[in-house]
Amino acid sequence: MIAGSGGSGGGAGASRAMDVQQIFERLGQLCGGALLDAAPGDGEWPRLNVVPTRVAEVARVLRDDPALGFDCLANLTGVDLKSEDSIEVCYHLFSYRHRHQLMLAARASRGDPLLPTFTDLWPAADWLERECFDLLGVRFIGHPDLRRLLMPEDWVGHPLRKDFIEPEEYHGISTRRESLLKL
Amino acid sequence: MTVAIDVALEREGVGGLETEEMTLNMGPQHPSTHGVLRFVVKADGEVMRRAIPDIGYLHRSIEKISEKVGYHGFMPYTDRVDYVSAMQCNQGWAMACEALAGITVPRRGEYCRVIACELGRIASHLISVGATGMDIGAMTPFTHCIREREKINDLLEELCGARLTFNYMRIGGCAWDLPPGFAARALDFINRFEPLIDELNELLSFNKIFVERMANVAVISAEKAIAYNLVGPNLRGSGVRYDVRRDVPYSVYSEFQFDVPIGTGEKGTLGDSWDRYMVRCREMKECCRIVRQAIEGLPAGPVIAKVPRTFKPPRGEVYVRVEGSRGDMGWYVVSDGSAFPYRTHIRTGSYTAMSIVEELSPGLMIADLVAVIASFDIVAPEVDR
Amino acid sequence: MSLINTVPETVLTTKIDDLLNWTRKSSVWYMLFGLACCAIEMMQTGGPRSDLDRFGAVPRATPRVSDLIIVSGTLTLKMALRTKLLYEQMPDPKYAISMGSCSNCGGLFQLAYSVCDGVDKVIPVDVYVPGCPPRPEALTEGLLKLQDRIQQERWLVRKGDAAQAVA
Repeated sequence: MIAGSGGSGGGAGASRAMDVQQIFERLGQLCGGALLDAAPGDGEWPRLNVVPTRVAEVARVLRDDPALGFDCLANLTGVDLKSEDSIEVCYHLFSYRHRHQLMLAARASRGDPLLPTFTDLWPAADWLERECFDLLGVRFIGHPDLRRLLMPEDWVGHPLRKDFIEPEEYHGISTRRESLLKL
Repeated sequence: MTVAIDVALEREGVGGLETEEMTLNMGPQHPSTHGVLRFVVKADGEVMRRAIPDIGYLHRSIEKISEKVGYHGFMPYTDRVDYVSAMQCNQGWAMACEALAGITVPRRGEYCRVIACELGRIASHLISVGATGMDIGAMTPFTHCIREREKINDLLEELCGARLTFNYMRIGGCAWDLPPGFAARALDFINRFEPLIDELNELLSFNKIFVERMANVAVISAEKAIAYNLVGPNLRGSGVRYDVRRDVPYSVYSEFQFDVPIGTGEKGTLGDSWDRYMVRCREMKECCRIVRQAIEGLPAGPVIAKVPRTFKPPRGEVYVRVEGSRGDMGWYVVSDGSAFPYRTHIRTGSYTAMSIVEELSPGLMIADLVAVIASFDIVAPEVDR
Repeated sequence: MSLINTVPETVLTTKIDDLLNWTRKSSVWYMLFGLACCAIEMMQTGGPRSDLDRFGAVPRATPRVSDLIIVSGTLTLKMALRTKLLYEQMPDPKYAISMGSCSNCGGLFQLAYSVCDGVDKVIPVDVYVPGCPPRPEALTEGLLKLQDRIQQERWLVRKGDAAQAVA
C-alpha cells in the first residue's frame, strides 16, 4: 500500500520519514562494509559513497528493507571526472512511502567503466542506464538491452566525456558552419 | 479500448490460420502532435504485440552546451528543454544555481515566478488537452484550446517579450517586474477562462466517443507508476497524491491554498488514459486559484537579488526538483567552482513516461498508441533534451 | 482594336502561366514537419488567430500529397537523413520553407554535437523565416513570399528555354 495514495496530508502519512543519520545507521547494520564514508553528507539529497562492486547489493537493501523502503529511482546520471580518471554514477533514490531521499554514488574507472545494473530493482533504470551508456560509455553489467538511446546507432564516441571531439561529418553532412559574418 | 486477446489464441485464429506478425514504422515525422518520436510497432492485425520507442531525433545536446556557455548564458537553453511550458524550466535552472550559491530570491520575485509559472502551466495543459482531442480525431476542441492559449501568450509576451521561449527568469529572481496593468489583465483572463474549463469538459472530456476511446486504455497501477518513476499528472492519474509544489514546497507555494487532483477511475479503471487526461483539466482550475491568490497577495519590493555578472558558485552539487507541467523535473548540477557548470543533467517527466510505453503496449490497438502518448502529454525535446 | 474593350467586364484576360501559377499558389499544401519549438508556433499559425487556411495552405500528414515542406525547428543529425528521405518523396514542383534560426543555420544549437547546422545542407530551401521561434505573423509572411515566388514562375516556354526558365 502506498502511503501517498488517497491521503491528503503532505509528508509522511502513516509512516515516518527517517533522517539521514537513521538511514545511514540502518544501512550500516545491513551492509556495513559497502559504505565508503564514516558519515553521510548533508544537503537535501545526502550523498552516500558506495563500493562500486557492491552498489547493487546496497540498492537492494534500500529498496527491500521496510524501514528504508526506497521505491523509486528518481534519477541516474554520470559525471566524467577526468582529472581523477574515473566516472562517477549518481543514483537519486526517493521513497514515496516514507518521503525520504538519498543519493548513492559509485565510481568506476574511466578506461573501462563497469557497474552492476539496477534494471531488476527498478524498471525506470532501463532507459536511464542506456542513456548513461550512450553519452558517457558506462557499461552496466546485466542490463538486458544496452544499446544507444539518444545518439544514432552508428555514432562513434561518448559525447558527454570531457575529451569528446565532435566528428567533422556524419553521413556526408558536414557538422561545421562558417560564420555568416565572413560572407 | 483495450483488447485483451490471448496472443496464442489470436495466432490460431478462428479457422486455425496463423496470422503473420507485421512490423510498422510510426514516425519520426510527427506521428501525432507531440514532436518527433518514432515507434517500431510489431502488430498482429490491429493489435500490437509490442511498440518499441526509438528516441533521440531531437537530442540537441543541451546538457553538453551548459558546460560551454556558463550559468547565466544557459538560461535561454532551458526554455528549449520543454518549450510548451518553458517557465518551469527557467525556474528549475534558476533554483539550482541559487541553491549552489546560496542566493535568496526577493519575495516579489518569487510571486512573479509563481504567476508566470502557473499561467505557463495552463497554456501547456491547454495544448495537451487540445492535442489529445486532435489525436483521437476531434479537431474542434484543439482550436478552442489554441484560442485561449493565444491569450496567455499575449499576457506572457507583455511580461517578457516572447510568446514561447520566455527567458524570463534570472539567477536570483526575474528579469522584469510585472508591466503596469498586468495584474488586472491576468485576473480578467482568469475570470473569463475558469468557466470555459467546464465548457471544454462538456465539449470533450465527457463526450461519449472520447470517453470510449480513453477509458480503460493503458491502465497503470500506482505501484507500477512509481517503479517506472512516472511523475506529475501521469503519477497522479494513477491515484498517488504527490505534487512537488505541495509536498516539498519550493518558492512560495506553501503560502497558497490549492488541491492536488488525482485520478478517480470514474469512467473506467483507476490509472487509465482518461484519468491522466482529466487530472490536467482539473489542474487548470487549481492553477487559476493559485494565480488569483498570488496576484492578490503580491508584495512590494525588488524582483531580483544582486547577483554578480560573472557568476561563480562554490564547488558542490545540487539536485533540485520543480513541478513542471509534465511533472517533477530534476536538475542535477555539479559545480567545480568555475564560471561554467561542470555537469548538468535534467531528468524530465516525458522521459520516464516514454520508457513505460513499451511495457504498456502489448494487447493495445494501434490507434490506441496515439491516445496513450497523448494521455502522457509527451513533448519530444523533454524526452531527448 | 483593343481586346479589352470588346469583351464584357465579367471576363478577365491573363496569361496561361499566370493562371496556372495563381491556382497553384492558392492551394499550397504543406507537410506537417514540426521538429521542435517552432512546431508549436506553426500549430498556432494554423490556429484560429493567424489562420493560415485562408491563404489556401492546409496541413497534410504525408509527403506524397504535399507541395511544401515547412522545416520548423532544430534539425538533428539523426533526423537530417530522414528529412532528405521525406523531401524526396514529395512530388514536383516542391518548395521548402526553413522556419526558425535552428533550421536556418543551427541557431542556438551551433555549439551542439548532434545538430545539423542548417537544413540547407540537406535539402534546397526557398524561403528562410528568421526568429527563435518566428511569430505566426512571420511564418504567414514567409508563405506570402513563397506565393510571390510561385506566381513568377514560367512553365509555357519553348523546349530549349525550359532549363533556363526553371533555373
